[in-house]
Amino acid sequence: MSAMSVTRATLVKDLRMEWRSKDAINSMLFFALLVVVIFSFAFNPTAEESRLIAGGLIWVAFLFAAVVALNQTWARELRNQVLDAYRVSPAPPNALFLAKALGNFLFVVVLESLMAPLFVVFYQLRSVGPVWQLIVVALLGTWALVVNGTFFAALSIRTRNREIMLPLILFPISIPALIGMVDATTMILSGEGTPDFWLKMLLVYDVVFTLVCLLLFETVLNAE
Amino acid sequence: MKPLSIGFVIFTLALLGFSTYQALVVAPTEQTMGDVQRIFYYHVPSAWVAGMCFAVNFLASLYFLWRKSLDADALAVGSAEVGVVFCSIVLITGPIWARPVWGIWWTWDARLTTTLVLWLIYVSYLVLRRFAAGSQTQTIAAALAIFGFVDVPIVYMSIRWFRTQHPSPVMGGGANSGLDPTMLHAFLWNLLAFTCIGICFIVARYRLQKMENALEAAHAELALKGMAQ
Repeated sequence: MSAMSVTRATLVKDLRMEWRSKDAINSMLFFALLVVVIFSFAFNPTAEESRLIAGGLIWVAFLFAAVVALNQTWARELRNQVLDAYRVSPAPPNALFLAKALGNFLFVVVLESLMAPLFVVFYQLRSVGPVWQLIVVALLGTWALVVNGTFFAALSIRTRNREIMLPLILFPISIPALIGMVDATTMILSGEGTPDFWLKMLLVYDVVFTLVCLLLFETVLNAE
Repeated sequence: MKPLSIGFVIFTLALLGFSTYQALVVAPTEQTMGDVQRIFYYHVPSAWVAGMCFAVNFLASLYFLWRKSLDADALAVGSAEVGVVFCSIVLITGPIWARPVWGIWWTWDARLTTTLVLWLIYVSYLVLRRFAAGSQTQTIAAALAIFGFVDVPIVYMSIRWFRTQHPSPVMGGGANSGLDPTMLHAFLWNLLAFTCIGICFIVARYRLQKMENALEAAHAELALKGMAQ
Protein backbone atom coordinates (compact mmCIF):
# COMPACT_ATOMS: atom_id res chain seq x y z
CA MET A 1 0.00 0.00 0.00
CA SER A 2 1.28 3.42 -0.83
CA ALA A 3 1.58 6.15 1.79
CA MET A 4 -1.32 8.03 0.23
CA SER A 5 -3.73 5.15 0.48
CA VAL A 6 -2.70 4.40 4.08
CA THR A 7 -3.31 8.03 5.00
CA ARG A 8 -6.65 8.03 3.24
CA ALA A 9 -7.79 4.73 4.73
CA THR A 10 -6.88 5.79 8.28
CA LEU A 11 -8.42 9.20 7.89
CA VAL A 12 -11.66 7.81 6.46
CA LYS A 13 -11.82 5.25 9.27
CA ASP A 14 -11.33 7.92 11.95
CA LEU A 15 -13.86 10.25 10.37
CA ARG A 16 -16.40 7.47 10.06
CA MET A 17 -15.94 6.44 13.70
CA GLU A 18 -16.26 10.05 14.76
CA TRP A 19 -19.35 10.51 12.58
CA ARG A 20 -21.02 7.54 14.25
CA SER A 21 -19.97 8.18 17.84
CA LYS A 22 -19.44 11.98 17.80
CA ASP A 23 -17.36 11.53 20.96
CA ALA A 24 -14.63 14.04 20.28
CA ILE A 25 -16.71 16.76 18.67
CA ASN A 26 -19.43 16.69 21.32
CA SER A 27 -17.06 16.87 24.24
CA MET A 28 -15.03 19.60 22.50
CA LEU A 29 -18.11 21.65 21.71
CA PHE A 30 -19.50 21.45 25.21
CA PHE A 31 -16.12 22.19 26.72
CA ALA A 32 -15.59 25.24 24.50
CA LEU A 33 -19.09 26.47 25.32
CA LEU A 34 -18.33 26.21 29.02
CA VAL A 35 -15.11 28.16 28.55
CA VAL A 36 -16.97 30.92 26.65
CA VAL A 37 -19.57 31.23 29.42
CA ILE A 38 -17.03 31.16 32.24
CA PHE A 39 -14.83 33.76 30.56
CA SER A 40 -17.83 36.08 30.28
CA PHE A 41 -18.06 36.08 34.09
CA ALA A 42 -14.34 36.60 34.47
CA PHE A 43 -14.14 39.61 32.15
CA ASN A 44 -17.65 41.09 31.89
CA PRO A 45 -17.31 41.95 28.21
CA THR A 46 -18.69 45.05 26.58
CA ALA A 47 -18.55 45.55 22.82
CA GLU A 48 -15.49 47.81 22.82
CA GLU A 49 -13.53 45.93 25.42
CA SER A 50 -14.29 42.52 24.05
CA ARG A 51 -12.83 43.40 20.67
CA LEU A 52 -9.48 43.84 22.39
CA ILE A 53 -9.60 40.68 24.49
CA ALA A 54 -11.59 38.43 22.14
CA GLY A 55 -8.48 37.19 20.30
CA GLY A 56 -7.13 35.81 23.55
CA LEU A 57 -10.46 34.36 24.69
CA ILE A 58 -11.19 32.60 21.41
CA TRP A 59 -7.81 30.94 21.12
CA VAL A 60 -7.52 29.91 24.73
CA ALA A 61 -10.98 28.32 24.45
CA PHE A 62 -10.01 26.50 21.25
CA LEU A 63 -6.66 25.42 22.67
CA PHE A 64 -8.28 23.88 25.75
CA ALA A 65 -11.00 22.26 23.67
CA ALA A 66 -8.49 20.88 21.15
CA VAL A 67 -6.67 19.08 23.95
CA VAL A 68 -9.85 17.10 24.59
CA ALA A 69 -9.81 15.76 21.02
CA LEU A 70 -6.04 15.34 20.90
CA ASN A 71 -6.07 13.19 24.00
CA GLN A 72 -8.36 10.72 22.28
CA THR A 73 -6.20 10.49 19.14
CA TRP A 74 -4.23 7.42 20.05
CA ALA A 75 -6.28 6.01 22.92
CA ARG A 76 -8.48 4.15 20.46
CA GLU A 77 -5.48 2.51 18.80
CA LEU A 78 -4.10 1.25 22.08
CA ARG A 79 -7.08 -1.02 22.61
CA ASN A 80 -6.64 -4.38 20.87
CA GLN A 81 -2.98 -3.50 20.21
CA VAL A 82 -3.75 -1.73 16.94
CA LEU A 83 -0.63 0.38 17.32
CA ASP A 84 1.52 -2.73 17.72
CA ALA A 85 -0.06 -4.23 14.63
CA TYR A 86 0.71 -1.03 12.79
CA ARG A 87 4.30 -1.19 13.96
CA VAL A 88 4.91 -4.62 12.45
CA SER A 89 3.08 -3.79 9.22
CA PRO A 90 5.08 -2.38 6.30
CA ALA A 91 2.86 0.74 6.16
CA PRO A 92 4.89 3.95 6.46
CA PRO A 93 4.54 5.48 9.99
CA ASN A 94 4.35 9.03 8.66
CA ALA A 95 1.24 8.14 6.68
CA LEU A 96 -0.44 7.17 9.97
CA PHE A 97 0.76 10.38 11.60
CA LEU A 98 -0.51 12.56 8.77
CA ALA A 99 -3.90 10.85 8.85
CA LYS A 100 -4.23 11.43 12.58
CA ALA A 101 -3.07 15.05 12.31
CA LEU A 102 -5.46 15.73 9.42
CA GLY A 103 -8.31 14.11 11.34
CA ASN A 104 -7.67 16.27 14.39
CA PHE A 105 -7.32 19.31 12.14
CA LEU A 106 -10.76 18.64 10.65
CA PHE A 107 -12.33 18.12 14.10
CA VAL A 108 -10.92 21.37 15.43
CA VAL A 109 -11.83 23.32 12.28
CA VAL A 110 -15.42 22.05 12.57
CA LEU A 111 -15.42 23.06 16.23
CA GLU A 112 -14.14 26.53 15.34
CA SER A 113 -16.72 27.11 12.64
CA LEU A 114 -19.51 26.05 15.00
CA MET A 115 -18.19 28.15 17.89
CA ALA A 116 -17.31 31.29 15.93
CA PRO A 117 -20.94 32.49 15.55
CA LEU A 118 -21.43 31.96 19.28
CA PHE A 119 -18.44 34.16 20.05
CA VAL A 120 -19.82 36.84 17.75
CA VAL A 121 -23.17 36.77 19.56
CA PHE A 122 -21.93 36.51 23.15
CA TYR A 123 -19.15 39.06 22.86
CA GLN A 124 -20.82 41.36 20.32
CA LEU A 125 -17.89 41.09 17.94
CA ARG A 126 -17.58 42.88 14.65
CA SER A 127 -14.41 42.71 12.65
CA VAL A 128 -12.93 46.01 11.53
CA GLY A 129 -10.28 44.31 9.39
CA PRO A 130 -10.91 41.86 6.52
CA VAL A 131 -12.60 38.62 7.62
CA TRP A 132 -10.73 36.40 5.16
CA GLN A 133 -7.55 37.11 7.10
CA LEU A 134 -9.20 35.66 10.19
CA ILE A 135 -9.81 32.47 8.27
CA VAL A 136 -6.15 32.27 7.22
CA VAL A 137 -5.07 32.83 10.83
CA ALA A 138 -7.48 30.14 11.99
CA LEU A 139 -6.25 27.58 9.46
CA LEU A 140 -2.54 28.21 10.07
CA GLY A 141 -3.01 28.42 13.85
CA THR A 142 -5.10 25.29 14.06
CA TRP A 143 -2.53 23.30 12.13
CA ALA A 144 0.18 24.65 14.45
CA LEU A 145 -1.70 23.38 17.51
CA VAL A 146 -2.83 20.13 15.97
CA VAL A 147 0.39 18.91 14.36
CA ASN A 148 2.36 19.22 17.60
CA GLY A 149 -0.63 18.08 19.63
CA THR A 150 -0.96 14.88 17.62
CA PHE A 151 2.72 14.18 18.04
CA PHE A 152 2.77 14.95 21.75
CA ALA A 153 -0.32 12.82 22.26
CA ALA A 154 1.76 9.94 20.92
CA LEU A 155 4.37 10.80 23.58
CA SER A 156 1.89 11.22 26.41
CA ILE A 157 0.12 7.89 25.87
CA ARG A 158 3.39 6.30 26.94
CA THR A 159 3.35 7.98 30.34
CA ARG A 160 1.59 7.07 33.56
CA ASN A 161 -0.75 10.07 33.67
CA ARG A 162 -1.71 10.23 30.00
CA GLU A 163 -4.44 12.83 29.95
CA ILE A 164 -2.65 15.37 32.11
CA MET A 165 0.70 14.99 30.42
CA LEU A 166 -0.42 16.28 27.02
CA PRO A 167 -1.16 19.90 28.00
CA LEU A 168 1.94 19.97 30.20
CA ILE A 169 4.22 19.31 27.25
CA LEU A 170 2.11 20.90 24.50
CA PHE A 171 1.44 24.33 26.00
CA PRO A 172 5.06 25.50 26.55
CA ILE A 173 6.06 24.59 22.98
CA SER A 174 2.88 26.18 21.57
CA ILE A 175 3.43 29.58 23.20
CA PRO A 176 4.85 31.30 20.07
CA ALA A 177 1.99 29.97 17.92
CA LEU A 178 -0.52 31.13 20.50
CA ILE A 179 1.02 34.60 20.66
CA GLY A 180 0.82 34.79 16.87
CA MET A 181 -2.80 33.68 16.70
CA VAL A 182 -3.97 35.92 19.52
CA ASP A 183 -2.16 39.02 18.33
CA ALA A 184 -3.12 38.55 14.67
CA THR A 185 -6.77 38.01 15.63
CA THR A 186 -6.80 41.09 17.83
CA MET A 187 -5.17 43.16 15.07
CA ILE A 188 -7.78 42.07 12.53
CA LEU A 189 -10.73 42.51 14.87
CA SER A 190 -9.66 45.96 15.96
CA GLY A 191 -8.30 46.97 12.56
CA GLU A 192 -5.06 48.22 14.12
CA GLY A 193 -1.99 47.16 12.20
CA THR A 194 -1.51 44.40 9.65
CA PRO A 195 -1.01 40.79 10.74
CA ASP A 196 1.46 40.02 7.91
CA PHE A 197 4.33 39.26 10.26
CA TRP A 198 2.20 36.85 12.29
CA LEU A 199 0.94 35.06 9.20
CA LYS A 200 4.52 34.52 8.10
CA MET A 201 5.55 33.46 11.59
CA LEU A 202 2.70 30.93 11.81
CA LEU A 203 3.63 29.59 8.38
CA VAL A 204 7.25 29.14 9.46
CA TYR A 205 6.12 27.51 12.71
CA ASP A 206 3.84 25.14 10.77
CA VAL A 207 6.51 24.15 8.26
CA VAL A 208 9.28 23.71 10.85
CA PHE A 209 7.25 21.63 13.27
CA THR A 210 5.56 19.55 10.59
CA LEU A 211 9.04 18.60 9.40
CA VAL A 212 10.26 17.83 12.92
CA CYS A 213 7.16 15.70 13.56
CA LEU A 214 7.61 13.75 10.34
CA LEU A 215 11.32 13.22 11.04
CA LEU A 216 10.76 11.93 14.57
CA PHE A 217 7.45 10.10 14.42
CA GLU A 218 8.84 6.77 13.28
CA THR A 219 11.34 6.80 16.17
CA VAL A 220 8.60 7.54 18.68
CA LEU A 221 6.20 4.96 17.25
CA ASN A 222 8.85 2.27 17.50
CA ALA A 223 10.17 3.32 20.92
CA GLU A 224 10.44 0.32 23.18
CA MET B 1 36.14 9.89 41.83
CA LYS B 2 39.10 10.11 39.52
CA PRO B 3 42.05 12.33 40.57
CA LEU B 4 41.58 14.48 37.49
CA SER B 5 38.04 15.38 38.44
CA ILE B 6 38.97 16.02 42.08
CA GLY B 7 41.59 18.39 40.77
CA PHE B 8 39.02 20.09 38.58
CA VAL B 9 36.56 20.49 41.46
CA ILE B 10 39.25 22.04 43.67
CA PHE B 11 40.29 24.34 40.83
CA THR B 12 36.65 25.34 40.29
CA LEU B 13 36.08 26.09 43.97
CA ALA B 14 39.23 28.21 44.13
CA LEU B 15 38.14 30.00 40.98
CA LEU B 16 34.68 30.60 42.42
CA GLY B 17 36.22 32.09 45.58
CA PHE B 18 38.45 34.35 43.53
CA SER B 19 35.67 35.47 41.20
CA THR B 20 33.35 36.19 44.15
CA TYR B 21 36.08 38.35 45.64
CA GLN B 22 36.43 40.12 42.28
CA ALA B 23 32.69 40.71 42.01
CA LEU B 24 31.99 41.83 45.58
CA VAL B 25 35.19 43.67 46.52
CA VAL B 26 37.38 44.55 43.57
CA ALA B 27 34.73 45.68 41.06
CA PRO B 28 33.70 49.30 41.59
CA THR B 29 30.22 50.19 42.81
CA GLU B 30 27.96 51.24 39.98
CA GLN B 31 27.15 54.96 40.12
CA THR B 32 23.37 55.00 39.67
CA MET B 33 22.34 51.52 40.69
CA GLY B 34 24.66 51.03 43.64
CA ASP B 35 25.60 47.65 45.03
CA VAL B 36 22.57 45.87 43.61
CA GLN B 37 24.28 45.99 40.22
CA ARG B 38 26.74 43.35 41.50
CA ILE B 39 24.06 40.72 41.00
CA PHE B 40 24.90 41.11 37.33
CA TYR B 41 28.10 39.09 37.96
CA TYR B 42 25.94 36.12 38.91
CA HIS B 43 22.88 36.72 36.78
CA VAL B 44 24.52 36.80 33.36
CA PRO B 45 26.96 33.89 33.92
CA SER B 46 24.01 31.79 35.17
CA ALA B 47 22.13 32.60 31.99
CA TRP B 48 25.16 31.57 29.97
CA VAL B 49 25.48 28.25 31.86
CA ALA B 50 21.76 27.56 31.40
CA GLY B 51 22.11 28.17 27.66
CA MET B 52 25.17 25.92 27.53
CA CYS B 53 23.29 23.15 29.38
CA PHE B 54 20.32 23.31 27.02
CA ALA B 55 22.62 23.15 24.00
CA VAL B 56 24.36 20.10 25.50
CA ASN B 57 20.93 18.58 26.15
CA PHE B 58 19.96 19.08 22.52
CA LEU B 59 23.17 17.56 21.13
CA ALA B 60 23.02 14.63 23.57
CA SER B 61 19.39 13.98 22.63
CA LEU B 62 20.24 14.00 18.93
CA TYR B 63 23.12 11.61 19.56
CA PHE B 64 20.86 9.36 21.60
CA LEU B 65 18.31 9.13 18.80
CA TRP B 66 21.10 8.40 16.34
CA ARG B 67 23.05 5.78 18.29
CA LYS B 68 20.63 4.78 21.11
CA SER B 69 23.50 5.30 23.52
CA LEU B 70 22.31 5.31 27.15
CA ASP B 71 25.34 7.40 28.08
CA ALA B 72 24.15 10.17 25.78
CA ASP B 73 20.78 10.00 27.49
CA ALA B 74 22.45 10.26 30.90
CA LEU B 75 24.21 13.40 29.66
CA ALA B 76 20.88 14.76 28.40
CA VAL B 77 19.21 14.29 31.80
CA GLY B 78 22.16 15.78 33.64
CA SER B 79 22.40 18.85 31.46
CA ALA B 80 18.64 19.47 31.49
CA GLU B 81 18.47 19.34 35.28
CA VAL B 82 21.50 21.59 35.76
CA GLY B 83 20.13 23.91 33.07
CA VAL B 84 16.80 24.25 34.87
CA VAL B 85 18.62 25.05 38.13
CA PHE B 86 20.68 27.80 36.52
CA CYS B 87 17.69 29.09 34.61
CA SER B 88 15.85 29.32 37.94
CA ILE B 89 18.77 31.31 39.35
CA VAL B 90 18.46 33.70 36.40
CA LEU B 91 14.72 34.09 36.95
CA ILE B 92 15.21 34.73 40.68
CA THR B 93 18.19 37.08 40.51
CA GLY B 94 16.59 39.08 37.68
CA PRO B 95 13.62 40.41 39.70
CA ILE B 96 15.85 41.05 42.74
CA TRP B 97 17.82 43.42 40.53
CA ALA B 98 14.78 44.77 38.68
CA ARG B 99 12.82 45.81 41.77
CA PRO B 100 15.18 48.59 42.93
CA VAL B 101 16.37 49.55 39.44
CA TRP B 102 13.19 49.40 37.33
CA GLY B 103 10.78 49.78 40.22
CA ILE B 104 8.97 46.55 39.37
CA TRP B 105 9.71 42.88 39.92
CA TRP B 106 8.79 41.71 36.49
CA THR B 107 8.03 43.00 33.01
CA TRP B 108 6.91 40.95 30.01
CA ASP B 109 9.86 42.10 27.95
CA ALA B 110 11.32 39.86 25.24
CA ARG B 111 14.32 38.52 27.11
CA LEU B 112 12.48 37.90 30.38
CA THR B 113 9.57 36.18 28.71
CA THR B 114 11.84 34.03 26.54
CA THR B 115 13.78 32.92 29.61
CA LEU B 116 10.54 32.06 31.38
CA VAL B 117 9.26 30.06 28.39
CA LEU B 118 12.64 28.31 28.14
CA TRP B 119 12.34 27.37 31.80
CA LEU B 120 8.78 26.08 31.23
CA ILE B 121 9.87 23.96 28.26
CA TYR B 122 12.67 22.25 30.15
CA VAL B 123 10.58 21.77 33.27
CA SER B 124 8.01 20.03 31.07
CA TYR B 125 10.86 17.88 29.73
CA LEU B 126 11.77 16.84 33.27
CA VAL B 127 8.11 16.20 34.14
CA LEU B 128 7.76 14.00 31.05
CA ARG B 129 10.82 12.02 32.09
CA ARG B 130 9.45 11.54 35.56
CA PHE B 131 6.13 10.17 34.36
CA ALA B 132 7.24 8.20 31.33
CA ALA B 133 7.23 4.48 31.90
CA GLY B 134 10.02 2.05 31.30
CA SER B 135 12.54 1.91 28.51
CA GLN B 136 10.68 4.25 26.15
CA THR B 137 11.47 7.17 28.45
CA GLN B 138 14.73 8.04 26.74
CA THR B 139 13.30 8.10 23.23
CA ILE B 140 10.24 10.22 23.97
CA ALA B 141 12.30 12.56 26.14
CA ALA B 142 14.85 12.99 23.37
CA ALA B 143 12.05 13.79 20.91
CA LEU B 144 10.65 16.45 23.24
CA ALA B 145 14.13 17.89 23.78
CA ILE B 146 14.47 18.44 20.04
CA PHE B 147 11.08 20.16 19.88
CA GLY B 148 12.05 22.38 22.79
CA PHE B 149 15.34 23.45 21.32
CA VAL B 150 13.85 24.15 17.89
CA ASP B 151 11.17 26.24 19.58
CA VAL B 152 13.56 28.63 21.34
CA PRO B 153 14.46 30.93 18.39
CA ILE B 154 10.80 31.07 17.33
CA VAL B 155 9.78 32.00 20.88
CA TYR B 156 12.35 34.76 21.00
CA MET B 157 11.40 36.18 17.61
CA SER B 158 7.68 36.15 18.31
CA ILE B 159 7.93 37.66 21.75
CA ARG B 160 10.25 40.38 20.53
CA TRP B 161 7.81 41.28 17.79
CA PHE B 162 4.88 41.09 20.19
CA ARG B 163 6.54 43.45 22.66
CA THR B 164 7.88 45.96 20.20
CA GLN B 165 4.34 46.23 18.90
CA HIS B 166 3.09 47.06 22.39
CA PRO B 167 5.88 48.90 24.19
CA SER B 168 5.75 48.32 27.91
CA PRO B 169 6.33 51.19 30.38
CA VAL B 170 9.73 49.83 31.27
CA MET B 171 12.00 49.06 28.38
CA GLY B 172 15.09 47.72 30.06
CA GLY B 173 18.29 47.15 28.20
CA GLY B 174 21.11 45.32 29.92
CA ALA B 175 23.52 47.14 32.17
CA ASN B 176 26.38 46.10 29.97
CA SER B 177 26.59 48.79 27.35
CA GLY B 178 30.09 50.17 27.73
CA LEU B 179 31.34 48.25 30.75
CA ASP B 180 34.10 49.63 33.00
CA PRO B 181 37.31 47.56 32.51
CA THR B 182 37.39 46.47 36.18
CA MET B 183 33.77 45.43 35.94
CA LEU B 184 34.45 43.53 32.74
CA HIS B 185 37.39 41.86 34.48
CA ALA B 186 35.20 40.70 37.39
CA PHE B 187 32.47 39.65 35.01
CA LEU B 188 34.78 37.49 32.90
CA TRP B 189 36.20 35.76 35.99
CA ASN B 190 32.68 34.95 37.09
CA LEU B 191 31.77 33.72 33.64
CA LEU B 192 34.71 31.32 33.74
CA ALA B 193 33.96 30.17 37.29
CA PHE B 194 30.28 29.56 36.53
CA THR B 195 31.13 27.65 33.37
CA CYS B 196 33.44 25.41 35.39
CA ILE B 197 30.91 24.82 38.16
CA GLY B 198 28.26 24.12 35.53
CA ILE B 199 30.54 21.51 33.97
CA CYS B 200 31.19 20.00 37.43
CA PHE B 201 27.47 19.67 38.09
CA ILE B 202 26.73 18.17 34.68
CA VAL B 203 29.54 15.63 35.00
CA ALA B 204 28.46 14.68 38.54
CA ARG B 205 24.83 14.25 37.49
CA TYR B 206 25.91 12.34 34.39
CA ARG B 207 27.90 9.88 36.48
CA LEU B 208 25.04 9.48 38.93
CA GLN B 209 22.67 8.69 36.07
CA LYS B 210 25.12 6.17 34.67
CA MET B 211 25.30 4.48 38.07
CA GLU B 212 21.50 4.41 38.24
CA ASN B 213 21.39 2.85 34.77
CA ALA B 214 23.98 0.25 35.78
CA LEU B 215 22.06 -0.51 38.98
CA GLU B 216 18.83 -0.93 37.06
CA ALA B 217 20.53 -3.24 34.56
CA ALA B 218 21.98 -5.30 37.42
CA HIS B 219 18.54 -5.59 39.04
CA ALA B 220 17.01 -6.67 35.74
CA GLU B 221 19.71 -9.29 35.26
CA LEU B 222 19.23 -10.58 38.80
CA ALA B 223 15.49 -10.85 38.26
CA LEU B 224 16.08 -12.77 35.04
CA LYS B 225 18.44 -15.18 36.81
CA GLY B 226 15.86 -15.67 39.54
CA MET B 227 13.31 -16.56 36.89
CA ALA B 228 15.69 -19.07 35.31
CA GLN B 229 16.28 -21.01 38.53
